[in-house]
Amino acid sequence: MLRFARNDGLGLVAFFAALVVATPSLADSLMPAAEYAHKQLPDARQEAQARALMDTIRCLVCQGQAIGDSDAEMAGDMRALIRTRIQAGESPQEVRAWLVSRYGNWVTYDPPLDGTTWPLWAAPLLLVLFGLWLVRGRFKRRRKG
Amino acid sequence: MKRRFIIWVPLTVFVVFAIIFAIGLYAPVARTVPSALIGQSVPEFELAGALPGRPGLSSGSLRRGEPRVVNIFASWCIPCRAEAPQLEALARRGVPIDGIAVRDRPQDLAAFLTTYGDPFATIGADNDRQVQLNLGSAGVPETFVIDGQGIIRHQHIGAITNADVPAILAAWEAAR
Repeated sequence: MLRFARNDGLGLVAFFAALVVATPSLADSLMPAAEYAHKQLPDARQEAQARALMDTIRCLVCQGQAIGDSDAEMAGDMRALIRTRIQAGESPQEVRAWLVSRYGNWVTYDPPLDGTTWPLWAAPLLLVLFGLWLVRGRFKRRRKG
Repeated sequence: MKRRFIIWVPLTVFVVFAIIFAIGLYAPVARTVPSALIGQSVPEFELAGALPGRPGLSSGSLRRGEPRVVNIFASWCIPCRAEAPQLEALARRGVPIDGIAVRDRPQDLAAFLTTYGDPFATIGADNDRQVQLNLGSAGVPETFVIDGQGIIRHQHIGAITNADVPAILAAWEAAR
């Protein structure tokens, strides 16, 4: 444990100076970021498509963030991949399918309708129907009164 | 009679939701993302050699009839240092190992191999991480066992510990 005397100002200064000098053990490389990690595409329409896609692709290392929001180096490489493929003329759906074929539905925040996800769409409808059934009795009674 | 039944519906719904949330909260979280390509053919790729004078790696060289182990690593990756002795052990047992060096500078890579050992037959330079993404790999280190036809048979996520060596060896034997 690090301990400082109550008036050990010098020790504190030395401690924080050491913090500044210390190199953090980052899980990042020493190479510069990919070109299109932080640079927009020249074509505004393509950039808009790429950005919309980035906001629905999940970061592989910072799980719970979209790659559009993440500072992780890998998220930057994935943004570069998306921008490069969109620039080459691929549609956002094609790029998403490419990523899903590598990482499964885990990687997309826009899950497809399939055997395990259908309740997401069905549940609101069922709840509305149930609600209608609940209030139906009330409307009937009010008309009688 | 019907009203008496309905009055319990909100509580029942709440309890059902509370149970679902509790299960979700206390279930162990899967932090690893497996590749969706296991059992499928390795995608086409071609990487130049990561070190001058040493061969690179392409998908074609993974389809030559002999099962191989592909290790995705980097000199800046701390767990990769921990798994180096286990890769050496696999290489000593006759397992051919190819490396994919992710975002690595040649001078760093050379220093890493000098310090921690060099079990690699070939090392491809994946400078923009596009081949790692193409393989469905979500981090370093990761290790794939690929059979002689280029089908991905096994994926190990994270550093290979001593306890993991038999499983990787078995997957490689089974791919023969």
